[in-house]
Amino acid sequence: MKLNRQNKLIIGLCIAALILIAKLFSIQIIEDKYKMDAENNSMVYATIYPTRGIIHDRNGNILVGNKVAYDLMVTPKEVEEFDTLALSRVLEVPVEFIKDKMDEYKQKSRRIGYQSVVMIKQMPPEKYMRFAEVAYQFPGFRGQARSIREYPFNAGGNLLGYVSEVDAAFMEKHPDEYKSGDYAGKTGIEAAREKELRGEKGYNIWLRNSRNKIEQRYADGAFDKDAVPGDNITTTIDAKLQNYGQMLMNNKVGSLIAIEPSTGEILTMVSSPGIDVDMLADIGQHYSEISSNPYKPMFNRTVQASYPPGSVFKLVNGLIGLQEGVFEPSTLYGCKMGYHFGKNKLGCHAHKSPINFEESIMMSCNAYYCYVFRDILENKKYGSIDEAMDKWNEYVKSFGFGQKLGSDFPSELGGFIPDSKYYNKHYRKGGWKATTVISLSIGQGEIGCTPLHLANLCATIANRGHYYIPHIIKDSENIQIDQKYKERQYTMVDTTHFPKVIGGMYRAVNSGYGSGGTASVAAVEGLEICGKTGTAQNPHGHDHSVFICFAPKDDPKIAVAAYVENGGFGATWAAPIASLLTEMYLNGEISKDRKALEDRIIKGDLMDRVKVKK
Amino acid sequence: MRSAGGHRDRGFFNSIDWKLVICYLLLVLIGWVNIYASVHSSDPASIFDWGCRSGKQAVWMGTAFIIAVVVLLMNPRIYESLAVPIYLFVGVLLVAVIFLGIDVKGSSSWFEFGPVRFQPAEISKISTSLMLAAYMSQQGYRIGRMRNFIVTALIILIPMAIIVLQSETGSALVYVGFIFMLYREGLSGWLIFLAGMAILSFILTLTASPFVAILVIVGIASLCICLYSDRLKWWFIICVPAIILMAFVPSILAGATAEEGFQLKPLHILLGVIALAIPPVIYWAYKERNTFSHLAIVSTIAGIILVFSADFIFNDVLQDHQRKRIEVLLGMKEDPSGVGYNVRQSKIAIGSGGMFGKGYLNGTQTTYGFVPEQSTDFIFCTIGEEWGFAGSAAVILLYVFLIWRIIKDAEQSREAFTRIYGYCVACCIFMHLFINIGMTIGLMPVIGIPLPLISYGGSSLWGFTALIFIFIALYRNEKKYF
Repeated sequence: MKLNRQNKLIIGLCIAALILIAKLFSIQIIEDKYKMDAENNSMVYATIYPTRGIIHDRNGNILVGNKVAYDLMVTPKEVEEFDTLALSRVLEVPVEFIKDKMDEYKQKSRRIGYQSVVMIKQMPPEKYMRFAEVAYQFPGFRGQARSIREYPFNAGGNLLGYVSEVDAAFMEKHPDEYKSGDYAGKTGIEAAREKELRGEKGYNIWLRNSRNKIEQRYADGAFDKDAVPGDNITTTIDAKLQNYGQMLMNNKVGSLIAIEPSTGEILTMVSSPGIDVDMLADIGQHYSEISSNPYKPMFNRTVQASYPPGSVFKLVNGLIGLQEGVFEPSTLYGCKMGYHFGKNKLGCHAHKSPINFEESIMMSCNAYYCYVFRDILENKKYGSIDEAMDKWNEYVKSFGFGQKLGSDFPSELGGFIPDSKYYNKHYRKGGWKATTVISLSIGQGEIGCTPLHLANLCATIANRGHYYIPHIIKDSENIQIDQKYKERQYTMVDTTHFPKVIGGMYRAVNSGYGSGGTASVAAVEGLEICGKTGTAQNPHGHDHSVFICFAPKDDPKIAVAAYVENGGFGATWAAPIASLLTEMYLNGEISKDRKALEDRIIKGDLMDRVKVKK
Repeated sequence: MRSAGGHRDRGFFNSIDWKLVICYLLLVLIGWVNIYASVHSSDPASIFDWGCRSGKQAVWMGTAFIIAVVVLLMNPRIYESLAVPIYLFVGVLLVAVIFLGIDVKGSSSWFEFGPVRFQPAEISKISTSLMLAAYMSQQGYRIGRMRNFIVTALIILIPMAIIVLQSETGSALVYVGFIFMLYREGLSGWLIFLAGMAILSFILTLTASPFVAILVIVGIASLCICLYSDRLKWWFIICVPAIILMAFVPSILAGATAEEGFQLKPLHILLGVIALAIPPVIYWAYKERNTFSHLAIVSTIAGIILVFSADFIFNDVLQDHQRKRIEVLLGMKEDPSGVGYNVRQSKIAIGSGGMFGKGYLNGTQTTYGFVPEQSTDFIFCTIGEEWGFAGSAAVILLYVFLIWRIIKDAEQSREAFTRIYGYCVACCIFMHLFINIGMTIGLMPVIGIPLPLISYGGSSLWGFTALIFIFIALYRNEKKYF
């Protein structure tokens, strides 16, 4: 063969063809890579969703369990002509709903292909059974069991939190962990313990034939993975007490928290109004209703609302004053319907005068704390009022105020305790003195704290000077809580100063009517309840009713804080609520002579007093 | 169509090259069954169902056969005499479609008449081939003559340029294939070599660096000069060590000077050395009266300029999607879900076919729609997956046979017109074959051109049918008369 141009071109053609064939040989015969990928494409992974962990209360009762519901799945490619009317009757949905859905599937038929789509979510088993009986008439429709949440106790939606399908933003925040269609805890305990509760997804592998129909299990399920159920968790909540708390707070706006002082365990945590647990399981359907409620039930007031503490804060100022030595428990101060400075006056109610420290707590005298607070700020020990103010700030913060307590509950608010920097900025340096900020003495003014802070204060006093960080999860089989929840947090006030305060609190409750004690309504025979009322001034309407108490006096088992928005005097609503909760916890029942009080509280409706933007 | 007396008349049927026709029919049939395979699962219907593509293809096939018969029955002389008017008419169509055509996937290259879409670029291949054959078969045509060469180049470049303006760069690329025909007709082999070098340095500049590209250019240019003047020994003794030295020294030097605050780039040092080396080579070539060396030096300098403009061309001349495709092909960017997605899926489909494939209609990849454009540009995936290596190699060999047969017939023909036209047909089919299959197996960038006779589409099928049958008719005509 001559090597002329014709043959050179033919040789070139053959070389080009050989290059193609060689490359084909390499990807079709030699390399495995492409075969594996093809397997991925023709195998279908059917996700098995794990059941979520069960949430127990401290006594082993189930707070949140699981039950079965059925999603109605449709495979549009398999649907034949069917009686839409009959289907709508069985499923109890309008005929239009079914027709609209079918039209939608037709439009999206390219995208759906042979897949199944959810037509109705979470049908209760009774409804599903009715459908199952006639399902043979509707090829292409089937039910898929799915585990959903069940709530045996009305423990409050804000505490428990809800579970819902993850959205795009959530998936972005947790890459690789969640896929669309997965569920995750969004608030409350469900969110706080999502990691333990969610479990691990599994999958079945199916083989898809060339017509994209699923044919058989891949390798008889040898490579399938079972779902791992979520870990059960035990909370510190007392389900019955929580339930009772919900009842007491019914139709009131505010918070009710109970802590076991010796451990920091939260026994009860009620934010009212809350989300009804009946809505919780299928929150998606009720979401707009809940979020448009003017009382903001999604807003967890126990940890997210910042209030002035009111008179209960006098306890803190008193303790600081004792520690700093600016007065003695026996020091007497007079009160002429308030504290007068210059032309101004901080008013007080009528009570005997002069009085000592214990009596000042018992009667909640405003003037007494003006003297004490003024002496704290004008203490000669410190070079300037700035220094004294910052020392005071340090003391207050040692009680947990002005910062996140670090509980395991999500989205806790820190609150605010002012310092010299704050007032220097506000009034310029030297532009303010003790009387300028005198309302701090009675827990008004620039202080902001959450009901959880108040409950923690109560537990701290009950413990005579230390607290445990409040928390809602207990150690259990699978879960060890952080060591920090088991460590004592000491205040800067010595233990020796606490008995006087407790004495005052005891007398406030147990001195009997007519003695001047502000919280006689909270007294329960034999329980030795110690308490302190508060009435937080509210420029926008009725004052807020505040009460903290613990009992029994010498071996405290429970510390309670109640904060009732627009409830008026502390003794009117907050004190009865907190004392009833305490009584229920310690005695397991309400004594006969307090039944009338209980009745008044449970039936009481303060919702009209709360100003809301409608 | 009785022949004039004296000539041996072999009859209408006997004069046809049946091997070509059978080859054509086989490819069309392979196309049809595979189009059905590629659409059947998402639309399980009969292969004749008008609603799906295999049914439509059956109609295109029927009309294509009519076209084939008409072409065979016509007097082939008209192609020669009408080459110029056809060429001009198609030129007008090509321009008109830019303004009057409908927009399909970003290119305006289609006319729409009711249910039928039609791409003038498809018949432009025929008209250009006829025009080339007509012009180049004239008495006294010599490709080496500047005037002839320029007209030839213009005949190819004008439709090519208009097609580029239609944003159908892929179709325009096919015209590059005419260079093989020109080579057959006497174009210097060096031109093909230079074109190849240009592409190589373009790719090297983008994938490696201008430094490497220039080093390679200099190496090859010096090798050519040494080979031409029969002094290969010199190349090994002087050039190879010099090039190896230049590969490392400039970066070392640059590193050394960097500390003195006066930044010298390795590339600049290399260019300086080359600039110093060129005058002695020119002087030597002048003394030896070696014109080749002068041309080689000019080409080298042109090559260096190309290297520097490659960056500019790549970033400023090429369109976004073309740039991305080249980037993916050259492995400059890894993106399994982006531009490379098509190619990856296509390779998976073909690769999963193995030796003998999964069997007809049993492919899992192509039928589920993992591969886009599976019945048109990516039809080869279906073949690869369902018929395996054996099937796809057989298809390639069938094409090789078709092209070889056309070349053989062209060479046997006594008329320059038939020969040149035949080579044009062979070049067109070859370019389509190589680019299309190369694209599905990742050898070429994703350039949307169909696989001749196999891909779905009336326009393309009619175009190639006419292209091939005009040649069969021309060849038959000769056999009939001589």
